[in-house]
Order: sequence, then structure tokens, then C-alpha cells
Amino acid sequence: MHRARTVAERVTDPELPMLTLADLGVLRDVDVVGDSHVVVDITPTYSGCPAMAAMRDDLVRELQGAGFDRVEVRVSLDPAWTTDWITPEGRAALAAAGIAPPGPAPSTSGPIPLTLLPTARQVRCPQCDSPATELVSEFGSTACKAQYRCTSCLEPFDHVKEI
Amino acid sequence: MDSQIDIPAEDEHDSAYAGLLVNDAHWAFGTDFEDPLAGVDTTIPDGVDAPTLAAYALMLGDDALVMSHRVSEWTSNAPDLEDDIALSNIALDLLGQSRLLLARAAKADGSVVPALPEGSPAPPEDALAFFREAHQLRNVRLAELVNGDFAEAVVRVLLFSVWRLATFERLRDSRDHVLAAVAAKGVKELAYHRDYSARWFVTLAQGTDESRRRLLAALEELWPLWPELFDTHAVEAAAAASGVGVDPAEVRAAAEGVLDQVLDAADVPRPEARRRAGVLGRTGRDGMHGEPLSRMLAEMQSVARAHPMGQW
Repeated sequence: MHRARTVAERVTDPELPMLTLADLGVLRDVDVVGDSHVVVDITPTYSGCPAMAAMRDDLVRELQGAGFDRVEVRVSLDPAWTTDWITPEGRAALAAAGIAPPGPAPSTSGPIPLTLLPTARQVRCPQCDSPATELVSEFGSTACKAQYRCTSCLEPFDHVKEI
Repeated sequence: MDSQIDIPAEDEHDSAYAGLLVNDAHWAFGTDFEDPLAGVDTTIPDGVDAPTLAAYALMLGDDALVMSHRVSEWTSNAPDLEDDIALSNIALDLLGQSRLLLARAAKADGSVVPALPEGSPAPPEDALAFFREAHQLRNVRLAELVNGDFAEAVVRVLLFSVWRLATFERLRDSRDHVLAAVAAKGVKELAYHRDYSARWFVTLAQGTDESRRRLLAALEELWPLWPELFDTHAVEAAAAASGVGVDPAEVRAAAEGVLDQVLDAADVPRPEARRRAGVLGRTGRDGMHGEPLSRMLAEMQSVARAHPMGQW
């Protein structure tokens, strides 16, 4: 059980390779149900996230390589994934890779108020830690990141959007 | 997953394709998790009629499928790179919602799934997406129209997402675990779709004379299909009565309240165009669609229909 979990926790996210699936909060459960049979539960980040298939394949490959012949990857929809599940280690790894980690996710209970102004976030530059940053685009290198620019050191950088 | 392409032994060594289909062969035209609902409680709640639940899930799934396809047609065609990615992302979210909802429909009542040749690897949600005729789809007609200019895309995404978000906010309380989970995830995505399109709506309305003219023209053209979103079909009424669905009529006030905020901010008056009539009273929810849907499906489905056994 412990070994299966260790192996599964090492698998990294295909789009954010500095993060393991455990850091990302996508890995929900690892269960050994037989001699060499493992069941892994993961939660999709976005409904149509194309990285999910790659995550599934990576988990199967790594666990099979570690001697677990039968690997079952199940998708757990409820509760929905939120960036709040990214661990402190994961946030540190993002920042170290030059990506600003997400702030607290907005509440999604009750009616969701309309926001007509561009999303206002307090994002610090991952290079020089300056709070003087500006949004360039709501989409960065992947759809789950926004692109920012630091007005102090002038470096552009990605920010993982709160969801 | 069981059937694999047989490669004659003598060719095996020379064929670059040998071995490719050993462990991860899957249906060639869809996505590749075996079961998108694995690990989710798909028990049908007490007192709920399974065919009603399936028909209701198909309606919501078809709305997302058809809207996703139309929005995806903007990929590589949007005015700039950011909006290209934004629209592609919206299409992707809707496709993900559609997949779960069609899978839910199939799980609730297998008889809704078209029969495919014996041994076809197509999972049920792909059979529903690729092997139904236009008259079997239950999407609202707003989703299926041929794309216009960027202003038209903005107005269509706005109307669609304002309505769908208001619906999903209530669907989070569905007695069906799958619908509740899809809705809980979907509200986060739809809130983004709505706010993205609402900002562009205001921007175009307050931009140049030309951008405002185009925006108003798009609104005028799409407005006749807005009331259809709030019609209550018998399936929706039954699904709402048993606590698994949402009666569209009951979200009208909330949706119009949000839309009015956008119109006010954009200084755009509410259009007066009258609703588009159905055909003998039948609309999208009854399977009555315009010709554009048939053309869209022809393009979307033709390759899969030609190769129902396809694997890669």
C-alpha cells in the first residue's frame, strides 16, 4: 500500500511537470485491493482537460513498472477539484519554476455574481517578488494559466488561475 | 479494449505499427478513458424514472455538444490569439460536460444508445455523439446556428452561458449524484464563459460605431431564440418534479436579471424581436432542428460512421 502510494505520488503533471499529481491535489486515493492490483482515484481539473488521459497513462505505466500488474484509474468527480488543493510544496515548486501560484479560489456556492471588470488578483512576481504586476492575457502557455508581466523587473510570467 | 488488430507474424518485425495497439488501443474518434463515470455513484435515486433521467441528461448533454462544436469552429479563426485560446477553452469545457452527461444518459437507460456493429470499441457516449441523426438530438436551437462574426459569437456565448449557469446553479442540488457533480464543476467553467462574453459584449457595445453596429445586429438576430431556452419540455417538468432536474421556466428571472446587468453596463436596450416559432409547435427539445445542424453533424460524424470499428 505504502509503496503504491509512493510510486503514484511521484507521477508528474504533463502540463506542469514541476508538480506531482499529489502536489496538484489531483491524486485522491491509492488503494491496493489485491496482490498486484492497485486502484487509483484522480479528480479532473477541468471537465475537458486533455491532460487527464496522459495522467492516466503515466500512472498505469509507473505502477506497472513497479510491479503492480493490474492498475485501475478511476475518475472522481465529486467534490470538484479546486486550486486550493495544490499543496504548499506544490506552490513552492511552481514559484521556483517561475510560475506564480494561485491565490485562494473564489467561493462557488450560491449564485455566482457577474464580474464585468477584468479579474483583479494580487499576483507577486515569481522572479523578484515585486507586487507591481499587470495582466497581459487571461491565457498563458496553457488554458489554466494567465500571463502576467512584472513592471519592476519587466519579466513576463505565468500565473495559475484560481478555480 | 479486447479486440486488437491482427498483424501477420511475418510482417511483425518490419511493421512500424506492430505493437502500437498492444496496451493502449482505443476507439479512434473519441476520448480515451474507458468510463468517464467510473468511481461515481450512478445509482438512480429512489422514485426517479430512469428513461426520464436519461432523456433529461441527453438534453443538457446535446446542448453542450452542439454548442461546443460551433464554438470550436473558431479555433484558428478568432480575431487574435488570446480569443482563439479563450474560445477553444470554452469549447473544451463544454465538450467535457457533454461527455459526462451523455455517459450519464447511457448509464441511466442503455436503450438510448444507438446500436453499433458487434465488437465496436466506441464507448456509449461516443455512440450517442457520432451515431444519432439530427432529429434525435435534443439541443436548443440557439446552439446550432451557423457561426456569424465575432460579435455573434460573443452574443451567443453570453446568452447560452447566462442561461446554462443559472440552470447549473440549481442543478448542483440534483438528487442524482452525477448531475449534481457535473453541475458543481460546470458552474466554475460557465461563470468564466459568461464573464468572458459579458466583458466582450460591453467592449464591443462601447467600442467603435462598427463594433456596436455588429453587436446590435447579432443581438437582434439571436434574440428570437432566447425565449425557447425557458420553455418547459415534458421531460424537464418530470425531471424537475422528481428532484433530479431543473424546470427552465424557474431560472428565467435569475437569467434575465444577470443579462439586464450586462445590457445596462453596455447601454444596450433589450431587443423587441419576437420569439422564433417552432414547427407545428415543436422546437429543439422535440428534435426539430434547422438544416445547419444536419450539415454540422455530417461533418462531425462522417469519418466515425465510416469506421465504427476504428481503433488507434
